[in-house]
Amino acid sequence: MELIAALKLAEVGDELEVLSTDKGSANDIPEWINKVGHQLLECREEDGVHYIRVRKTR
Amino acid sequence: MKKIVIVGGGTGGTILANNLARRLTAELKAQKVSITLLSASDKHMYQPGLLYVAFGRMSSQELYQDQVSLLEPGIIFHVDPVTAFDMDNNQVLSESGSKYDYDHLVICTGSRPNPESVPGLAEHANHVYTVEAAEKTFRSLQQFEGGRVMIVTGVPHKCPMVPLELTFMMHDYFKDRGILDKVELYYTYPIGRLHSLENVGKWAQGEFDKMGVQYETLFNVKEVDGDHHQVHSEEGSVIDYDLLITIPPHSGMPVILENALGAGGWIPTNPATLQMEGRDNVFVLGDTTNIPISKAGSTAHYEAEALGENLAALVRQGTMVRTYEGKVFCFIEAGKDRATYASFDYKHPPQPQPPTQMMHWFKLAYNKLYWNSVRGLL
Repeated sequence: MELIAALKLAEVGDELEVLSTDKGSANDIPEWINKVGHQLLECREEDGVHYIRVRKTR
Repeated sequence: MKKIVIVGGGTGGTILANNLARRLTAELKAQKVSITLLSASDKHMYQPGLLYVAFGRMSSQELYQDQVSLLEPGIIFHVDPVTAFDMDNNQVLSESGSKYDYDHLVICTGSRPNPESVPGLAEHANHVYTVEAAEKTFRSLQQFEGGRVMIVTGVPHKCPMVPLELTFMMHDYFKDRGILDKVELYYTYPIGRLHSLENVGKWAQGEFDKMGVQYETLFNVKEVDGDHHQVHSEEGSVIDYDLLITIPPHSGMPVILENALGAGGWIPTNPATLQMEGRDNVFVLGDTTNIPISKAGSTAHYEAEALGENLAALVRQGTMVRTYEGKVFCFIEAGKDRATYASFDYKHPPQPQPPTQMMHWFKLAYNKLYWNSVRGLL
């Protein structure tokens, strides 16, 4: 949800990174990014924290 | 004299002012401290009551009390909206042309529904975030004779339980009217589950399945085509509706945007100390923060209690004594006569229990007790 809100405020081309301990978000975000057509740059887990980096494309 | 200025007379600002006035009674009497509350209104609204207005169960008149009647003696209160923040000089400027100096500033101006940010949403959807909108929603529900009721939720929004509560309450409302068999409730949600809090989403899914509520996730409203009664999502879905209910996207208040204090009107805030980033003597409460936590009265309430303790300690000892742990408690109306709750903090997710009538009564009691809560008595 925070990513959706942040993307609304971002400019096309901006990169955003989500840090989340929520496993559900780690699964949902890449699926959602694909559906709406933004670019998934990175998705990794480290010590239970998911790092998801996204570029706004439209 | 230490000057504390609080900008915003909603739940957070009012509880904080009262909390401080109780903690600093001796200092107020000795004129070692002043507490000034600046608000845009002489009325205080109990915003959660709007949900009940939308079902004809509370009148809009019940939602208001005079702000001044809620405040402890010693608090300086002005209906004088702030227009500019001069943080380098520890000053705020107001609509009346006054300047207020401060040693500690608290910003709690809240948020506002912004359905206009989505094409067609303001014109064609009903919501419950203003008195006018809630009363209109009630009329729409009364006149509805059957078809698909679609619930669309914008991001971000205030009070995270409202999408679920509206759905549950509409289910019972149409059941009582004897038209439930002619109604399809179609709930949509922006992320890949039914609620931002995972356990609440799981619980809601069980309830929806029992009630026959249809749902679609990963649905972010892009536009409403009122001519064809269709909602288009960012994800490419197109759904027909007969009655459209929205939890509209919210924005921060214009004064925050105009002063460039934070993107979207949300001020970057330390989640533990509630200090504005880069400003040690400026604090932020409630919806106004950019903390990734529920925008809700309960959040503002618990933040205000933590901040009250810290500001009092700063006045007396020159240091803060505690952190805000992310505590929130939300009732969840699960129909017309049953409810549950979600209690959580930054580290501990909620574990919603099966709804009970007793919890619903607690909620109804809280609708009255709020006025004691906001006075700092509860």
